[in-house]
Amino acid sequence: MELKNNVPEGPLAEKWTNYKSTMNLVAPNNKRRIEIIVVGTGLAGASAAATLGELGYKVKAFTFHDSPRRAHSIAAQGGINAAKNYQNDGDSVYRLFYDTIKGGDYRSREANVHRLAEVSRNIIDQCVAQGVPFAREYGGLLANRSFGGVQVSRTFYARGQTGQQLLLGAYQALSRQISLGNVQMYNRHEMLDLVKIDGKARGIITRNSLNGKIERHAAHCVVIATGGYGNVFYLSTNAMQCNVTAAWRSVRRGALMANPCFTQIHPTCIPVSGEYQSKLTLMSESLRNDGRVWVPKKKEDVDAIREGKKTGNDIPEEDRDYYLERRYPAFGNLVPRDVASRAAKTVCDQGFGVNKTGLAVYLDFSSAIERYGKTEAHSKGLKNASDEKIRELGRGVIRAKYGNLFQMYEKITGENPYVLPMKIYPAIHYTMGGIWVDYNLETNVPGLFALGECNFSDHGANRLGASALMQGLADGYFVIPYTIGQFLSKEIRTPEISESEQAFIEAEKDTRDRIQKLLTINGSQSVESFHRRLGKITWEYCGMSRNAEGLTKARQMIRELREEFWNDVFVPGTNEEYNPELEKALRVADFLEMGEVMILDALDRNESCGGHFREEYQTEDGEALRRDDEYTYAAAWSWNNGNPQVFKEPLEFENVELKTRSYK
Amino acid sequence: MNWIVNFLTSSIGRKLIMSLTGLFLILFLVVHLAGNLQLLTNDGGEAFNTYAYFMTHNPLIKFISYGNYFFIILHAVIGILLYFKNRKAKGSSYAVSGSSDETSWSSKNMALLGTLILAFIFIHMGDFWFKMKFGNMPDVMSASLGVPVKDLFTRVSTAFDNPVLVIIYLIGQVVLAFHLWHGFASAFQTLGLNHPKYTPIIQGVGKIIAILIPLGFALIPTLHYLDIYLF
Amino acid sequence: MQLTLKVWRQKDSKAKGQLETYKVEADEHMSFLEMLDVLNEDLISQKKEPISFAHDCREGICGTCSLVINGRPHGPQQGTTVCQLHMRSYKDGDTIVVEPWRSAVFPVVKDLVTDRSAFDRIIQAGGFISVNTGQAQDANAIPVDKEDALEAFDAATCIGCGACVAACPNGSAMLFTAAKVSHLALLPQGQVEHKKRTKAMVAQMDKEGFGMCSNIGACEAECPKEISLENIARMNRSYIGAVFTTD
Repeated sequence: MELKNNVPEGPLAEKWTNYKSTMNLVAPNNKRRIEIIVVGTGLAGASAAATLGELGYKVKAFTFHDSPRRAHSIAAQGGINAAKNYQNDGDSVYRLFYDTIKGGDYRSREANVHRLAEVSRNIIDQCVAQGVPFAREYGGLLANRSFGGVQVSRTFYARGQTGQQLLLGAYQALSRQISLGNVQMYNRHEMLDLVKIDGKARGIITRNSLNGKIERHAAHCVVIATGGYGNVFYLSTNAMQCNVTAAWRSVRRGALMANPCFTQIHPTCIPVSGEYQSKLTLMSESLRNDGRVWVPKKKEDVDAIREGKKTGNDIPEEDRDYYLERRYPAFGNLVPRDVASRAAKTVCDQGFGVNKTGLAVYLDFSSAIERYGKTEAHSKGLKNASDEKIRELGRGVIRAKYGNLFQMYEKITGENPYVLPMKIYPAIHYTMGGIWVDYNLETNVPGLFALGECNFSDHGANRLGASALMQGLADGYFVIPYTIGQFLSKEIRTPEISESEQAFIEAEKDTRDRIQKLLTINGSQSVESFHRRLGKITWEYCGMSRNAEGLTKARQMIRELREEFWNDVFVPGTNEEYNPELEKALRVADFLEMGEVMILDALDRNESCGGHFREEYQTEDGEALRRDDEYTYAAAWSWNNGNPQVFKEPLEFENVELKTRSYK
Repeated sequence: MNWIVNFLTSSIGRKLIMSLTGLFLILFLVVHLAGNLQLLTNDGGEAFNTYAYFMTHNPLIKFISYGNYFFIILHAVIGILLYFKNRKAKGSSYAVSGSSDETSWSSKNMALLGTLILAFIFIHMGDFWFKMKFGNMPDVMSASLGVPVKDLFTRVSTAFDNPVLVIIYLIGQVVLAFHLWHGFASAFQTLGLNHPKYTPIIQGVGKIIAILIPLGFALIPTLHYLDIYLF
Repeated sequence: MQLTLKVWRQKDSKAKGQLETYKVEADEHMSFLEMLDVLNEDLISQKKEPISFAHDCREGICGTCSLVINGRPHGPQQGTTVCQLHMRSYKDGDTIVVEPWRSAVFPVVKDLVTDRSAFDRIIQAGGFISVNTGQAQDANAIPVDKEDALEAFDAATCIGCGACVAACPNGSAMLFTAAKVSHLALLPQGQVEHKKRTKAMVAQMDKEGFGMCSNIGACEAECPKEISLENIARMNRSYIGAVFTTD
């Protein structure tokens, strides 16, 4: 199969403008009859459903949550990038485009990324008009901060809750369309299959989680915006219910999963505290500005710490290994996410982890507290301040900068980070890979579109901070409303799609059979226990660093686990009731397939780039070694009944030069 | 005129009625207290009986008093309606109640307190107002007016020789105190007046009122029982 | 630590529920929800039906989790959702009673899960600014006073969990509704539709059957985002103003 990316001709900066002006339109009278299904109501889904509703289409929106406002976009902390150049610091659309391409380690599609940078400006305008309470300066204009190591301040934010405020903006726009009757909202409806008629996506099968009713929903096209698959690792910063089912069911019906091995690991999360751990919590990246990362040099100190006989404070300076400062003298504690994460794994693998599980490193603010304390004491004219007084002053400065994060840390761990060094460990945070889409965000299945984290297009092998919100809203507000017309303009003669078509009957039967099968295995192990085991395999062999041997083994392990799952899982209750265990079982079943494809992709990509680090491909000093000659492509996988097959879309870089990143 | 009905039956509209009638009734309490303190004058009832005559014969005061009865009834009726409506909205209650320290007992028991106050008002009016209006209360000559007036003073004085009645009155004032403890500040919140600058003042004034008014009223039966006069 | 849990079990919205007693072995570092996970795994291993409870992000922002613990929505800590509550707040031998939100407008779906869709309908009634995508002017064309923006933000942090309704002895949704009215009223963008919005949202709130506010303040005390009663006062005056100045 040839993957046609449908990128329009012309100079990069003019592609989107020209394309928009010449693309096919659907007349208002036709829009009124054309139905669109939108699955997922996070930033991408809610903004798409609202905008398509505004345009006059008949939209049906679906979420498995009890309300569209619960989508996990709500948890994004840091901010949203936009090339507004309000700070007059030399930002531009091109610079945002370039940073994103480079940050993605040259594995994303130029034209898509440039369009993203272009529409980023409209997003901020739109959100402000909706009433999103962004941070402001005293003059009343919007404030910005810098983020993720770029050289300009282009990040707009609403304290540490930017995702929440943006999602509520989109949710409110969606609510308005619901009240106007343009969008029909289906809460607590989970998509369990995609329905194709004559090769085109024409509907979905859903399960109503309140009563287990299996329903058919037909439309002229289907848009999925169902987020990433980070929970294939079980423990991640994703919400508990984030899942790959809608995307994976689409793959099972012919869509392709692109670059699934590109997963992002965030270096500063609160470590796992025990076997019961259900999810991980992110601590903002900004902490590394003032915190120094270290582990003890001596094994006996490590043991003493694990046994609770010593704390980090008892280890003398000369017995500490500030490994990031040692290995990366130029960037020190401020190396990018992927590098910092891998370094933490290395020291923990060597046995230097500082908590019970051996999977934690210190993030220590004592130097910063002392340094700030001295400056404060000096500026206050306290000449002979005691050490304790200096520390007290220093803690005040740290509190002003990171107070809410320190409080959150203390709530979760019960330890006071002003006194004891924080313990952190990397965790899965975002998945750059996703459903393969062309420039129109249309998958290889005509009439099936994928938006937001659910697709693969914009972040390459690594995503920059504050870009996920930007992409979700760009896709939903400013891309799909135009590009969907390219497909729908050819559908204006298509009558209403009937839900009694054979394809619907079959898909519904498949779904019922799958549910029935899960309910009747009546094995001995819980769904959760399988999910945990899957997570252990994927994290161990396809986490921060990967190698061919481990990946090959992991693939076998996942296959066996899947086999075991389908023979020994226990799902209590029935279909015809509120049954969270059944929902979980359906999701884990899909993760068990998706995980294998992720591992296959990691095995197939014989290079290291971005979040994908293959141990065989590293420089002499252990840095990622990209192989542009052979791997400058997007790998799109079909499921192919359990024998996944890869299709390649070459990535052409006409506007940027491919370079190696270095942080030494 | 539909909008008035809509407004007055909306949640905020009903709250507004509670707030405005409540504030009016507090104003009434102040006036009532000021007048009744004349019961503590040791002049054989001259001042008080004259005052009582004035209050029952001045057309403007009579008009206001009808308004007052109406507001008491309105406040009580809407209050009771709200109570039942809220019980319905709450549905079932918790097996364990563990409320935060930040909410006052008064605020959660306004309906109970209000009902007790209503009961007290009936007792109170039966004791005095009814007897003055419909009973055969003897007249005395008012020195200042030069006309015979009802001798309400003696009736009050005799009534408060009964310790049971004194205790009922004292309980009534405690209940009133609790009702006002929440009611005064709450009325302002309902009117939309809440600001870090002045809300603490409103709350402070509310608490002072909640103590002073019932205390003033409580003096009357207590001192009459003890035969002490202040003026 | 060994704990005794008394958990509300109710098969569906029509069934009659009751408290059932369970023993669970918990670790002080567990979150409250992880303790329930452990109990559920134990129930599943005995082929018993696990306890249904609503949860998702487990970091205090999605507003899904909704447990009343010993009579207090989201448990004993101020400004904390139940997913952020950890077992170190309890000690060995404690008995903990876990119930669902209680409100006639939030019927129990199963066990500890309730239906809060009434909140969505209140927002749909007017909790938005009517601007279509693409109609916006430049973001910096409307300056907003920094203090106003912060105050709007404070109101906008509502996570729609419903603890206010659950805490309110009257089952009132005033704090939820007022938080959205305030958020939009405090910004110049929200002024145009302000009166219409307030009237429509209050009308929908009443229609849903929520109780009437009597200014107890339990909502503010239990709100995990510590949203202030000032917002309710603001909505009251907006509403009264709107009724007397519009058709």
